[in-house]
Amino acid sequence: MAQSVARPIGSKFSGTILSRRIGRFALNAMATIGLGYILTPLVFVTWLAFFAQEIPSFPPEGYSLRWFAAIAGNDRFISGFLLSLQVGVVATLIGLSLGVPAALCLSRFRFAGREALNSLLLLPLVVPGIVLGMALYVFHVEAEIHTGLPILGSLGGLVAGHVLVVIPWTVRLVTASLAGLDRSIEEAAQSLGANRWVTFRRITVPAILPGVVAAALFGFVSSFGNLEMSLFLVGPGRTTLPIAILQYLEWKIDPTIAAVSVLQIVLIGGAMLITDRFVKISRVV
Amino acid sequence: MARLELDRLTKRYGDFHAVRNVTLRIEEGEFLVLLGPSGCGKTTTLRMVAGFIEPTAGRVILGGRDVTDLPPWHRNAGLVFQSYALFPHLSAAENVAFGLEMRKVPAPEIATRVAEALRLVRLESLGDRLPRQLSGGQQQRVALARALVFKPDVLLLDEPLSNLDAKLRQEVRIEIRELQRQLGLTTIMVTHDQEEALTMADRLVVMNEGEVRQVGTQQDLYERPADRFVAGFVGRSTFLEGVVEAPNRFRSAGGLIIRCSGGTPGPAALALRPERLAILETGGARPDNVLPGIVEFVSYLGASIDVHVRLSPNERVVIQTTNRSEAPTLKAGDKVEVGWSADSGALFEDHARPGTASVS
Repeated sequence: MAQSVARPIGSKFSGTILSRRIGRFALNAMATIGLGYILTPLVFVTWLAFFAQEIPSFPPEGYSLRWFAAIAGNDRFISGFLLSLQVGVVATLIGLSLGVPAALCLSRFRFAGREALNSLLLLPLVVPGIVLGMALYVFHVEAEIHTGLPILGSLGGLVAGHVLVVIPWTVRLVTASLAGLDRSIEEAAQSLGANRWVTFRRITVPAILPGVVAAALFGFVSSFGNLEMSLFLVGPGRTTLPIAILQYLEWKIDPTIAAVSVLQIVLIGGAMLITDRFVKISRVV
Repeated sequence: MARLELDRLTKRYGDFHAVRNVTLRIEEGEFLVLLGPSGCGKTTTLRMVAGFIEPTAGRVILGGRDVTDLPPWHRNAGLVFQSYALFPHLSAAENVAFGLEMRKVPAPEIATRVAEALRLVRLESLGDRLPRQLSGGQQQRVALARALVFKPDVLLLDEPLSNLDAKLRQEVRIEIRELQRQLGLTTIMVTHDQEEALTMADRLVVMNEGEVRQVGTQQDLYERPADRFVAGFVGRSTFLEGVVEAPNRFRSAGGLIIRCSGGTPGPAALALRPERLAILETGGARPDNVLPGIVEFVSYLGASIDVHVRLSPNERVVIQTTNRSEAPTLKAGDKVEVGWSADSGALFEDHARPGTASVS
């Protein structure tokens, strides 16, 4: 700025303002397109859920809440929801109890194979769900043959698979919040008379809590919405919500599915907003 | 408060000596400053006193008690960190209370002592604020209150002022010093800032490459530097390389014959303080050394003016002159005479170890 002022005031000066305006306009335009791209499907799904007619077509013939009522009357959705909730909660808790200590070790200690272990723990996020499900399925078959235990299609097998999906989130997010933690605050606690355990409980845990909560939330969401891997791991009569949706879609395309999706969006979005009020997840993610 | 002794404290990482044989005694209520360039071992020494680094050899004795093998939480040392290291999820008052809680002090007593400590650092009205709602200077004072409230045996300050801006630093310097004197705190402060060290310390320890180079008061270090490193690090010195030809006679590498004080024949360096040299005026007094030179450049610093004068093709000295209105204005290329007395220069024989240098 100072440079352009020092020169004769003229085209150069107004040129910088103009190009800055164009730059800002371009940035806003790109952001709008990006957000639109993400939000459009959500908007349409939500709209569709309130259509009155059975075959989705535009324009709607009228609006109704009947599809939400239809969910309540559908046992497969209800039991699927309960199973997904149950599996998600248990898998998240187990994932946290494994992922948080792992993140602590990875960020606190230097040891041989540290990088390799870090990559290994993030791997389930990279491997396609179908591949993961297939591999676990084959493993379960072999394990059942060799041990004679009922592993294939068991609830335990399903939860174990979901733990794999949760772990990368916990490791990633807790590692990130540990990296942002000033180690000297732990030393300060120790110099004030807190031993290692008290320091961990009173200082470290509260400091990384937003990361842990975010990890729990993201882990739960990815478990709750998991379809591909779960397809291989569910047993007879045991259906998670995404599978129930898929099975329903094989026969019908009425807006019930849209209504289910709306409920999911509201549930997950609400959980994020409420959590963010207590711990600032936005600072970690 | 207690007396602190370090006995041949050593820290080795493989072949590298971070700290080598540091022996110091800090008296009750004394303010000792560890001064040195980065990597000189001063912070490692402080962290060994605090208990965060286990010494390879040597002892730390605090108030007559050998604490070398005790973890930090059993040492009763108050620490102030460069980053302040306040607990971000606790209020200022809760931060200050932490050390008392750890000592199982009853709640009513904690409340009064925290209030008292916050008053001491003039933050009594801000106890409910979280650290991020406080300014840098205020955070620094909370950190100080937190380190003082549990009556530590020793106060350890690790570059406590380096994150403050220049003006605030001056104020906090005086505040810390007054508080330390008022409470009679045995204190060690680590800094690389010479001015900070000189204004705050009762005694200073100059360290380099893991070793103590000199221990003494401000005057000791400035007037009688133990070696070349100290002469260069504390205050400013221009060094002339050369040989002592005979006692009181120094010949520089560029062939200048300089009268000095003492010295044994052999290679040596002569250190000259800029304010001990003068640009001679015609008809004025003639000191022991009078050397002709050419002004290379002049830097105007306000209260003083530094004149860089070339005495021989490869040798120049810096002369600090007072900014007086009647003094002639010098400019590059002027021919001048530089003068100083024989006892103004400090001689350092080459490869001098502490104590062997002859100082004049």
